[in-house]
Amino acid sequence: MDLSYTAEEEEFRAAARAWLRAHVPPEPLPSLETAEGFAAHRVWEGRLAAGGWSAVSWPERYGGRDADLTRWLLFEEEYYAAGAPGRVSQNGVSLLAPTLFAYGTEEQRARVLPPMATGEVIWAQAWSEPEAGSDLASLTSRAVRTDGGWLLSGQKTWSSRAAFADRAFGIFRSDPGPAAEGRPHRGLTYLMFDLRAPGVTVRPVGRLDGRPAFAELFLDDVFVPDEDVVGEPGQGWRIAMSATGNERGLTLRSPGRFLAAADRLVRLWRERSEASAGVTADSALRDRVADAVIGARAYRLFTAAGAARLAEGADLGAESSLNKVFWSTFDLALHETALDLLGPEGESADSAWAEGYVFALAGPIYAGTNEIQRDIIAERLLGLPKGRR
Amino acid sequence: MRFLPTDEQRAFARSLDAMLTAAGTPGIVRAWAAGDPGPGRALWARLGAAGVFALAAPEAYEGVGPLPAELAHAFVESGRHAVPGPLVETVAATVLLAELGDPAKRLPGLVAGETVATLALDVCSPYALDADAADVVLAVTGDEVWLAPGHGEVRVSADPARRPAPPLPGGELLAAGPAVRAAARRARDWALLATAAQSLGVGLALLDRTVAYARQRTQFGAPIGSFQAVKHRLADTLLGLEFARPLLFGAALTCESGDLAAAKVATGEAAYAAARTALQIHGAVGYTDELDLSLWLRKARPLRDAWGTPSWCRARVLAGPTP
Ligand SMILES: Cc1cc2nc3c(=O)[nH]c(=O)nc-3n(C[C@H](O)[C@H](O)[C@H](O)COP(=O)(O)OP(=O)(O)OC[C@H]3O[C@@H](n4cnc5c(N)ncnc54)[C@H](O)[C@@H]3O)c2cc1C
Repeated sequence: MDLSYTAEEEEFRAAARAWLRAHVPPEPLPSLETAEGFAAHRVWEGRLAAGGWSAVSWPERYGGRDADLTRWLLFEEEYYAAGAPGRVSQNGVSLLAPTLFAYGTEEQRARVLPPMATGEVIWAQAWSEPEAGSDLASLTSRAVRTDGGWLLSGQKTWSSRAAFADRAFGIFRSDPGPAAEGRPHRGLTYLMFDLRAPGVTVRPVGRLDGRPAFAELFLDDVFVPDEDVVGEPGQGWRIAMSATGNERGLTLRSPGRFLAAADRLVRLWRERSEASAGVTADSALRDRVADAVIGARAYRLFTAAGAARLAEGADLGAESSLNKVFWSTFDLALHETALDLLGPEGESADSAWAEGYVFALAGPIYAGTNEIQRDIIAERLLGLPKGRR
Repeated sequence: MRFLPTDEQRAFARSLDAMLTAAGTPGIVRAWAAGDPGPGRALWARLGAAGVFALAAPEAYEGVGPLPAELAHAFVESGRHAVPGPLVETVAATVLLAELGDPAKRLPGLVAGETVATLALDVCSPYALDADAADVVLAVTGDEVWLAPGHGEVRVSADPARRPAPPLPGGELLAAGPAVRAAARRARDWALLATAAQSLGVGLALLDRTVAYARQRTQFGAPIGSFQAVKHRLADTLLGLEFARPLLFGAALTCESGDLAAAKVATGEAAYAAARTALQIHGAVGYTDELDLSLWLRKARPLRDAWGTPSWCRARVLAGPTP
């Protein structure tokens, strides 16, 4: 058992820290869920890429640093500790890129990854549909064969940041046969498409805080060339599911961001305790602040153990459901505690805490709801019998 | 960085597991609770021979330690098998006496598992656990350590296998001065670690037994484990335990006070939640002392509160460096 870093790892950390210290914008950028903020974040992604820090775990030839999981985790700790902006390229970097590494062609990687790293092309995920939420395999959007490619039609929804993004990836029903026979997971194809292609209509949808952060996509015979099919046609479900492990697991929500948030919470609590005897005396509130520290540490160490197992060739599989439920529940509790510390000021919607709180509210819903994750944990990790779905 | 148990640690835990399974701990626990420490003492000697207590003592006192990570593994097993007796207290006494240069010349016996010790630290509790079954009763008051002449009346605990009693005042003064405070702090740290490990073990045993029961008990024509309300509660139990585990082993590596306190809170709360879930899912049969489940059920709460209440531990977490 070992929690120490090698000299090379410490060097890597120091280099990241030095670069971030010199480049992180001194003032927070406007929210990336707004048009203005989206544009500002794009500029930031470009700067990050110019420094070679936008996708550290990728091979060097695509703009990465060949960093292993431990180095990536170190980088993330430094990134969030430095107060650097949230990543607008997250969907692409954490979902599409790993899928392309596993199932894409060399041509696709060379074409898609470099502009993803620089923020020139920002990706949206187009999986959910109005009638296909938790039961994603019931999706009905179609991909129909045509000369040199496919024609997409149907409706996607809740596509994060699609209101401002450039391209999207999604799964489509390319063969209705298996679904008609009661096997809806078959006959799906994973495709990439342009959000500005003819036939695409993007309708922004306001989030709980009114920001147009996600969108509905209406697709009407949108042409996609063959080179934008990821993996084999008909294999879309398996390909998509291999990426949900990333989405739920540690690459979507690295411990770094929670360590930084818990740190900020403790500072807030100390400030408030100094200012108000009521806060000092409130031991229930103090206990919740301590639980935020404990939770952030637990997540960091849990992830370290997972990284070590991955490095030894293990497949985390259903364990990523543990991650998902943990971080989403924890993130919300942490932000609720901050709002309680702020008291009446917590209501002010433009504070970073209030914005973080609204974002945290969605955590138990997206990336597979926590109810669905608990089913997975119970059935695959505990071996309990399947029930009715 | 390789934050996983080593092969040796795994093998050590497995061998203790096999030994404790073969020993049939439920009968031993019931005897201990009834005031018959004989079978428990016999098991104790075997744990000593397996090297469990040696992990807390340096070589100068015939130990092999300090090896806190190995100790944590051993104590997870002791919790999984509900081993009765002042195991944690003997470890704390070992650390205390070793720090003070073994003034009572008891360490070799403790390390070998031939001597059973218990202690009361005045800052934690006025009671020494299982003083009636121990050979050595220590009492730390202020900056003095006393070898107590015996113990007062045994109190009733929520866990019948725990038999707390106050040490009698007086006896032999073993050490005094500021070194005692430092030694007592170290002893308490090790007690926190060992208790946290025991809690995790108790929680794991409760979860295992409850999952097995939920697969086998049928109602409404289906195993109750196929109902989501049951499944989700068990999934949450696993979550609590699996995120407490790395805190325990992380704390064993750093031995920093805030980390130890964090591990104690997380394991204690997770095990207690596991107990609540285990009882609920077993239904009425869980609410009987005939079922062996009760041996673990009744441990979870006292362990959560022993050697540092959750609130005390949380305050200690915040007193340390931020995450
Ligand atoms: C902020 C945000 C961003 C998102 N971004 C994207 C994105 O970029 N791309 C994308 O494709 N999608 C995105 N989504 C959609 C997200 O993936 C879905 O919301 C999610 O899969 C749940 O589907 P649903 O909302 O239709 O809820 P439903 O599936 O209708 O579920 C409603 C409720 O019923 C429960 N439920 C459903 N089935 C079961 C069951 N079998 N057992 C127990 N409970 C059940 C659910 O847990 C939930 O509580 C986003 C959602 C949010 C909130």
